[in-house]
Amino acid sequence: MFSYLLRKLGVIIPTFFGVTLVSFVFIRLLPGDPVLLMAGERGMTEERHALLMAQFGFDKPIIVQYGKYLGDLFSGDFGTSIITKQPVLEEFFTLFPATMELSIVAILLAVCVGLPAGMIAATKRGSAFDHVVMTGALAGYSMPIFWWGLLLIIFFSGILGWTPVSGRISLLYYFDSVTGFMLIDSFLSGQQGAFKSAVSHLILPAIVLGTIPLAVIARQTRSAMLEVLSEDYVRTAKAKGLGPSRVIGLHALRNAMIPVITVIGLQVGVLFAGAILTETIFSWPGIGKWMVDSIFRRDYSSVQGGLLLIAAIVMIVNLIVDLLYGLINPQIRHTD
Amino acid sequence: MRKTKKLIAALCGASLLTIGAIGAQAKTFVFCSEGSPEGFNPAFYTAGTSFDASSRQVFNRLVEFERGTTVIGPALAESWDISDEGKKYTFKLRKGVKFHTTKDFTPTRDFNADDVVFSFMRQLDPEHPYHKVSGGSYEYFNGMSMPDLLKSVNKVDDYTVEFVLNRPEAPMIANLGMDFASIHSSEYAHAMMKAGTPEKVDLNPVGTGPFQLVAYQKDAVIRFQAHPDYWAGKAAIDNLVFAITPDNSVAYQKLKAGECHLVPYPNPADLDAMKKDPDINLMQQEGLNVGYLAYNTKVAPFDNYKVRKALNKAINKEAILEAVFQGAGKIAKNPIPPTIWSYNEATQDDTYDPAAAKKILEAEGVKDLTLKIWAMPVQRPYNPNARRMAELIQADMAAIGVKAEIVSYEWGEYLKRSKDENRDGAVLLGWTGDNGDPDNFLAVLLGCDGVGGSNRAQWCYQPFEDLIQKAKVVSDPAERTKLYEQAQIVFKEQAPWATIAHSVVSKALRKEVVDFKIDPFGGHIFYGVDLK
Repeated sequence: MFSYLLRKLGVIIPTFFGVTLVSFVFIRLLPGDPVLLMAGERGMTEERHALLMAQFGFDKPIIVQYGKYLGDLFSGDFGTSIITKQPVLEEFFTLFPATMELSIVAILLAVCVGLPAGMIAATKRGSAFDHVVMTGALAGYSMPIFWWGLLLIIFFSGILGWTPVSGRISLLYYFDSVTGFMLIDSFLSGQQGAFKSAVSHLILPAIVLGTIPLAVIARQTRSAMLEVLSEDYVRTAKAKGLGPSRVIGLHALRNAMIPVITVIGLQVGVLFAGAILTETIFSWPGIGKWMVDSIFRRDYSSVQGGLLLIAAIVMIVNLIVDLLYGLINPQIRHTD
Repeated sequence: MRKTKKLIAALCGASLLTIGAIGAQAKTFVFCSEGSPEGFNPAFYTAGTSFDASSRQVFNRLVEFERGTTVIGPALAESWDISDEGKKYTFKLRKGVKFHTTKDFTPTRDFNADDVVFSFMRQLDPEHPYHKVSGGSYEYFNGMSMPDLLKSVNKVDDYTVEFVLNRPEAPMIANLGMDFASIHSSEYAHAMMKAGTPEKVDLNPVGTGPFQLVAYQKDAVIRFQAHPDYWAGKAAIDNLVFAITPDNSVAYQKLKAGECHLVPYPNPADLDAMKKDPDINLMQQEGLNVGYLAYNTKVAPFDNYKVRKALNKAINKEAILEAVFQGAGKIAKNPIPPTIWSYNEATQDDTYDPAAAKKILEAEGVKDLTLKIWAMPVQRPYNPNARRMAELIQADMAAIGVKAEIVSYEWGEYLKRSKDENRDGAVLLGWTGDNGDPDNFLAVLLGCDGVGGSNRAQWCYQPFEDLIQKAKVVSDPAERTKLYEQAQIVFKEQAPWATIAHSVVSKALRKEVVDFKIDPFGGHIFYGVDLK
């Protein structure tokens, strides 16, 4: 297991350096520069432009800038936003708990609904339930997040008045952030109704962000289960007189889980991408919107730092997924 | 309505619990702001979102625009004198003005001349100890050419300050009403410098304004509380909350649900529904902006004003207003908006007449003319859809036999390339006024100094230049008005631009909001606003 972990880390470290290079170069390949964008229609003189470029260090050759960036990274300095003048790491970790909280709830929702739905659809192949699940999954996968979010807001918040329109908690509640996770902080605050308010604010964004992963998990579970259910060992188990719950739960599901876990791992990246739109619609103060704003403003430090941190998180999650394979199927540890 | 009352009641309760003892009748105003401010020092930024959260609530300036107008009046300065040669401005400061008390700072003295000198010298003097704090780049201050204009800012006594200029500049007073000219506490700055945390001055602002910052959660909420000792009297609303809501459709839903009182930028598609909603009051006013198509007057045949006039006659502005502004605009005939003083009502716009346009081109010997139309890649108040506008102009040009090609670049590139004096093509662009002075449009956008820069028409026409230069140094408003009116006539004759439209600004408010006024500069000012 240890050598397996080492092999995986051997892949992650060069990937991490690759990400630093890609994030550093790509943002600079975009036309326009942050200084020009800061000035807008008002513009600025060539001299002032040159002065500010030098002040931010953008006048140096790109390789020198990259070298400095790597040096700073090793000393734990992710840079300072040229727009807000705040350290990138501080901005990221102020906003990240909101994205993480939303993503965790969204993926839990997707797994808790998608997994059983896919399993039941597979065992009842061709039934009305199967058709409903597959059609729903296709619709969920194809739906534009923006449209879906607005639709839910108009219906549940506007017409029915069941959920709040946007935000993380009602403006009624005001307390200092302890963990950055609103569910925990609202609970710790001890203010009556704060936790309930945080939960009610989380429902719609979690549904919207969880929809695509839910659809993918349901479809993947169904197809993996169908494949496993047709295997000889399942037929043998049935012939031995095992009940359906033991056959499916013990023999079929465990073997069907490998591709499903792969898909769940891959959905972490999808969640970060989906968070950009979901956070914008629901005024959710997370890193998705922050990244988009940073890209539009050519805030190089924020984009580089943000991309690197997101990539690191996705890599760690995928490492955990890889380790889970090993736990589920020990063969992988030996053959990979 | 019921929900709003519930919300307000709830907020009042929360305010009592959290913000402090405000009283049983505490009123809370919730503003669905469109985004997070870049920061809280208005001297660093140029975006209205940052000014709304800082200069317009937390700070005052020596002079300020009367709410809802472009008329400048006294604020922290009670009066001022301008020397005969127009190079020295002496301000008498208001006494008894209190700064905010925050968790970082308790002021020991009232506002005085030291604060004024600090606020300007920080931006002007590269050797000032605060000049480089927070990576200071004072874009508005520089953009308004203040380093060239200001020679020094001197304290005469505790309540008298003089500004010495390098040259006479009639719009100087209007410039001092702008956001970058907000007055900070020098006592706070010194205290923070001494404590080794000078950047706190920019993060946790201390001003003399009607509201003080209580808390900020990025991309979520900004909380302000009325300044109890505000020099002009405490604000009618006790708490001001910015609920940051980037999507306008969502903001509209929040307004309907009573979760906020004001939506600053409603979607044009929602305006009809808003007008019909009994709980919503939709306010509309012409914006302080102009959208235009600037020819390159240095390149033939666009160096011929008759050719430019012909092309102007080919553009169907009514169709643009309908398709691009969806009715939320007004045809522009002058290069300044009608809300600015000296707007010349008497000028005649180029009438839409493709047949006449064709004849003029023939008479000038222009055949097989091709034209590049530059379409901005971004949405702006003065041009909500430049691509669509360019397509309509392209069709208009085709109707008179001019082959037009649409080009576009990334926004930063667009701004850079469009400045080129040898640029190929006419540029769609616009301008939103900074200080309500005609000079801010006419000199910046059409003056000879702007050629190769903000003057996208690359137009340097001496009769026009003489008028606007004279208006810069004359201090008599009536005489300035005459000069600018004349300049607009010259502009119209020479047609360096096709003036397209001024946008109409819309604000959606809950019915219970009282005395809100649309700010011509695009800001949102909550002092003077009340709730029924």
